[in-house]
Amino acid sequence: MAQDTSPAANANNPKLVLSGVYKSFGNNHVLRGVDISINKGKSLVVIGGSGTGKSVMIKCVLGLLSPDKGSIRVDGEETTQLSGKERDALMRKFGMLFQGGALFDSLTIWENVAFGLVQGKAMDRRQAKEIAIEKLRSVGLPERVANLFPAELSGGMQKRVGLARAVATNPEIIFFDEPTTGLDPIMADVINDLIIEASKKLGATTLSITHDMASARKIADDIAMIYKGEIIWQGKAADIDHSGNEYVEQFIRGSAEGPIRMEV
Amino acid sequence: MSVIDDKEQQAQGAFSPVGAFLDLLEKTGGAIMVFLSAVGRLATFAGRGIYHCFTPPFYPRLLLRQLIDIGYYSLPVVGMTTLFTGMVLALQSYTGFSRFSAEGAVATVVVLSMTRELAPVLAGLMVAGRIGASIAAELGTMRVTEQIDALTTLSTNPYKYLVAPRILAGTIMLPLLVLIGDVIGVFGGYLVGVYKLGFGPQNYLHKTWEYLTSEDVVSGLWKAAAFGFIVTLLGCYHGYNSKRGAQGVGAATTNAVVSASIIILICNYLLTQLFFAGK
Ligand SMILES: Nc1ncnc2c1ncn2[C@@H]1O[C@H](COP(=O)(O)OP(=O)(O)OP(=O)(O)O)[C@@H](O)[C@H]1O
Ligand SMILES: [Mg+2]
Repeated sequence: MAQDTSPAANANNPKLVLSGVYKSFGNNHVLRGVDISINKGKSLVVIGGSGTGKSVMIKCVLGLLSPDKGSIRVDGEETTQLSGKERDALMRKFGMLFQGGALFDSLTIWENVAFGLVQGKAMDRRQAKEIAIEKLRSVGLPERVANLFPAELSGGMQKRVGLARAVATNPEIIFFDEPTTGLDPIMADVINDLIIEASKKLGATTLSITHDMASARKIADDIAMIYKGEIIWQGKAADIDHSGNEYVEQFIRGSAEGPIRMEV
Repeated sequence: MSVIDDKEQQAQGAFSPVGAFLDLLEKTGGAIMVFLSAVGRLATFAGRGIYHCFTPPFYPRLLLRQLIDIGYYSLPVVGMTTLFTGMVLALQSYTGFSRFSAEGAVATVVVLSMTRELAPVLAGLMVAGRIGASIAAELGTMRVTEQIDALTTLSTNPYKYLVAPRILAGTIMLPLLVLIGDVIGVFGGYLVGVYKLGFGPQNYLHKTWEYLTSEDVVSGLWKAAAFGFIVTLLGCYHGYNSKRGAQGVGAATTNAVVSASIIILICNYLLTQLFFAGK
């Protein structure tokens, strides 16, 4: 395990802490002792190659997958054993943008965005619709899409709806799984701003996964790199260019030459 | 395949019959374990589904939608099935009974077979094809596109939101469908009896009522409730647990229909024995 050099580990109020998280699918050992810590209101970006277990890590935190071993604490409280009502209650703290969008295709766009408000927080539908339209506008979608269905939108638009849904309930912790993939560079930057706004203005703690280094530099307070199921480097976003870690250097150069070999 | 392979296998078999026997035992044991664990998983799933039917929060809008989908939209299918079954039943029993001059029993045979057996079983099987498949496909797609995961992250229990409304609606609507199917089936028999076989209308209806007891109808409705539960439960179970993209959803759909149909037929026998044993 690499030395945890981030100041987050030493601070006294980490919002989310993963320690020694393991997860395997049969012989496929995806997570092999992941350690991550995020302070309240900070934005951590996790970078790493395709198939290194980034999405699996987030799903373990959300309880969608149960880790084989290790501890996951939210506000100091252990969550790996929670289920039922306690799990539902914990989920109110979270917002999640799925890599594939995961929009409910039987519901309209605004119902998707308002879902957490109507179902999770029992808000009145009319009020929830107003908020939904407001959130849609903030991700650059006009009001007329509100009554369409997800299948009627382009991939990038669906992604933005997913984003609007993830932030709609003003959650305390938000996960963004590849928020900018599939978007044009300008819209990607709009999304970056939105993520920054969510974490700075609303005070949310965010964990984003991305391959997009421009986006990572822009939204991250801290960056962590995952490789073969472990965090091999974590540090300040400003330090990413002189990390002294050859894996990280290869990743940000985007070069096929280096210690990371793609299994083709 | 090849001759050499066969010889090799024979040689091995002759070499160690005990080994072959143990191997067989192991395979049988393995299959039984797989079967039992599948039953266990299904039972757990059913238990959870039922539990969430009766604990808040409830989703009346979703329940209503399922009631309409499962009940109202299945009416044409169930209606057609029972109509023609009633008709053919009248025709066949007339041919049979006329051989020993018992044509008078046609109406009774039609109404008893419809209410006790055919309406519930046929409606169950038709609904398995229509509803079981669509539930499995819908939930399966939701599973593989992570929509079920998304529900959880939005503080909504998928059992409550997806499973409970469907199994409730199935269990409630199938008896209603069967009741309507009973009437339509008897009407089919009446049409054939009166317009083709030349029974008097009054006489046919009188014969229909004469030996019918409420138990005949009620037992059929209980069966229907059980079948409605089975169809929707298996649709949900296979869809909820489907894997591996479109192919997995396809497999889930097939499994939902096939397993529901088989369990309906087994269950039908068991329930019939339960209701009418010793009569
Ligand atoms: N439900 C699952 N069952 C079995 N294996 C899984 C499952 N989910 C993920 N995996 C495996 O875990 C590994 C990591 O998957 P994951 O989705 O976390 O990758 P990732 O880091 O998010 O990659 P990408 O950047 O391409 O999204 C892959 O090898 C994948 O095959
Ligand atoms: Mg991923």
